[in-house]
Amino acid sequence: MTDADAFPGMQHQVHLLRQMARIRRFEERAVELYSATAIRGFLHLDIGQEACAVGVTEALEPDDAVVATYREHGHALARGITMRAVMAELEGKVEGVSRGRGGSMHLFDVATRFFGGNAIVGGGLPVAVGLALADKLRGLPRVTACFFGDGAVAEGEFHESMNLAALWHLPVLFCCENNRYAMGTALLRAQSEPDLAVKAAAYRVPSWSVDGMDVLAVEEAANRAVEATRFGGPHFLELRTYRFRGHSMYDPDRYRSTDEIEAWKERDPIPRLATALRDAGALDDGARGRMEEEVAAEVEDAVAFAEAGTLEPVEDLERFVTAGSGVPGAAR
Amino acid sequence: MTAVTYREAVRRALRDALATDDRVFLMGVDVGAYGGCYAVSLGLLEEFGPERVRDTPLSESAFVGAGIGAALGGMLPIVEIMTVNFSLLALDQIVNNAATYRYMSGGQMHVPLVIRMTTGAGRQLGAQHSHSLEGWYAHVPGLRILAPATVTDAYGMLAPALVDPDPVLIFEHGALYHVKGELPDDLGPVDLTTAVIRRAGGDLTLVTYGGTLPASLDAAEQLAGEGVGAEVIDLRSLRPLDMDTVLASVARTHRALVVDEGWRSGSLSAEVSARITEQAFSDLDAPVGRVCSAEVPMPYAKHLEDAVVPRAAGVVAAARRLGA
Repeated sequence: MTDADAFPGMQHQVHLLRQMARIRRFEERAVELYSATAIRGFLHLDIGQEACAVGVTEALEPDDAVVATYREHGHALARGITMRAVMAELEGKVEGVSRGRGGSMHLFDVATRFFGGNAIVGGGLPVAVGLALADKLRGLPRVTACFFGDGAVAEGEFHESMNLAALWHLPVLFCCENNRYAMGTALLRAQSEPDLAVKAAAYRVPSWSVDGMDVLAVEEAANRAVEATRFGGPHFLELRTYRFRGHSMYDPDRYRSTDEIEAWKERDPIPRLATALRDAGALDDGARGRMEEEVAAEVEDAVAFAEAGTLEPVEDLERFVTAGSGVPGAAR
Repeated sequence: MTAVTYREAVRRALRDALATDDRVFLMGVDVGAYGGCYAVSLGLLEEFGPERVRDTPLSESAFVGAGIGAALGGMLPIVEIMTVNFSLLALDQIVNNAATYRYMSGGQMHVPLVIRMTTGAGRQLGAQHSHSLEGWYAHVPGLRILAPATVTDAYGMLAPALVDPDPVLIFEHGALYHVKGELPDDLGPVDLTTAVIRRAGGDLTLVTYGGTLPASLDAAEQLAGEGVGAEVIDLRSLRPLDMDTVLASVARTHRALVVDEGWRSGSLSAEVSARITEQAFSDLDAPVGRVCSAEVPMPYAKHLEDAVVPRAAGVVAAARRLGA
C-alpha cells in the first residue's frame, strides 16, 4: 500500500507527478546519450514545460488526436507511447516508434492517434484542422489537440488555421505553449500584440490563459477546454511556461539572463507538485524516492531496449516513400 | 460516345466521385457558390451541398493542410487550387507534410489526397497566373504528378487518383478547358503509370505532356507533310515517369525531342532528356533536343506570350535541326 492509497483523491495527482518525472528523467538521460553521440541531429528538450504536455493529454480520450511539434518527447510519453519506442527512435533504431525514419522531431504513432512531430513551425496547425474536419464530416465526437509554441503565432498558418477552424466550428483545441522565446527571439521582440488571447478573440475562439508551470491548473483548464471543444468548436489554451534548457542542444543561451532562468526554475512544476503532495501527507519522501527509482528503472530499460535495437537494412531505404515503394517489382 | 469539353469531363469525374463514395469531398476557393473559377465545379454545390462542395477562405496553406489532415482522418478530399502559382502558398503543406508523412512515420500514416490545379499560359494572365511549375512538384518523392492532356484522361484519371493511397497532384492546363473530345460512355479508369503514344511514327520521338500535346500533334502533322514520321508520346504521369515507353520509341526512331511548357533550366524536360541520354545513348543518331518556354516571367501582351510558349512551328524547326 502506497501513501497515496490512503488519500484516494490524491492518487491522480501522484500519477501526474509520475508522468512529469518520467518525461524529465527520460530527457535527462537523452542528454547523456547525446553527449555520448548515441543520439544525434536536433534534440529539443521539454524540461521545465512538462506540465503542459501532461495536463492536456490527461484531459483527452483515447480516440482523440494529438498534433505536436518538434519538441514532443513529453507529449508522446504522456500520450502513452512507450519510453522504449521513443528512446529507440532517438537512437535511430528500427524498433523506434517511427522505425528510425523520423527521429526526435518526428514521432508518429497511429495507435495513440499521435500525428507527429512537425518540425516546420506552424506546419501542424492546418493538419489538425483537417483531422477535426474529418471527425466532423464522419460524425465522430473527437477532439484534436494541437500543440505549438509562441513562435508559431507569428506564422500565417496560425491565423489561417484559427480562422478556418472557427469558421467551420471544428473541434480543435489549440494549445499554445508560450515559453516566451521563439528559439532566441523573445515574444516582445516578435509580436506587436503580445497578449495571445487577444489574437484568439479576433477569430471568436474562446481562450484561457493558464499557469503552465502548474500541472493541476493545466489539467483543470484542459478538462474544461476539451469538453467545450468537443461539442462547441475550437478553443485556445495559452499555457504560460518556460524551458529550462536551450532551444536545442546547440543553443548557447545568449539571449536570456541566468537570473531569469533561475527565477523560473523556482517554479519548476515537478518539485512544486511533489511538495504539495508531501505537505498534504499524500506522498512522503520514501514514496517519492520509490517513484523516482521506478522511473529510473523504466528509463534504463528503455535505454537498454534502444541499444539492443537493430538498424533498418539499407536495402529498405526506399520503403514507405509511397505504397509499395522500395519493394522489388512494385510500381513506383 | 459523346463529344464534351475537357472542363465538362473533369466535372463529370468530380460528380461521379462524389456520387460514388461518401468519403469524397471537394474544397477550395470558389468551388461552390461561384462554380469554380474556371467553371469546372458548376452545379456540384446544388447537387451535393455545402458540406461536400466546400468553399474555403483564401488560405491555401490552411485548406491544403486541412485536406492532408482530413485524408489522415479517413476522408478522400479533393482540393482545388486556382492556379499553380497560388499553390506556392501551400508548398509547405504539400512538400513538408503530404509528401513525407508515410516515410517519416515509418509507414504508419498515409495521405490519400488529390489536389487539382490549373497550370500553364495562353490566356494573357501575366506573370503570376501562367507558369508551368508541375516539374517542380515532379522533383519530390512521395507525390504522384499527373497531367491529363485529353478529354478521356481529364475524366479517367480522377477515380484511380482517389484510389491511390498517397497524395496525387493533377495539373489541368488552362488552355485545354474548352477543347472538345470524345468521351466513351463506358470509359474505365486510366492506368496512371503509363505514357501513351498519341500518334505513331518511325523517324522522330516527340515527348510531351499536358498543354503542349496539341502543338506537338500539329507539328507531327506538318512533319508528315514533309515525309517525316513523328511519334508523339504523351507522358501523362510526370512522377513516376514511364521511361519504358519513351525508350522503346527512341530505339525505333533514334531521335528524341522533348516539348515542355516549363522553363528549360532545371526542368522536367531536362530530366527526360538526361534519362534518354543515360539509358539509350547508343540508340541516338542525334543529341536529344528540347523545346521549352523562354526564360522570362510570363508577359501579358499576346504577341509576347505567344513568343514564350512552345508552338508547332518551333517544334517543327527543332525537329529539322535534329536531322529528322
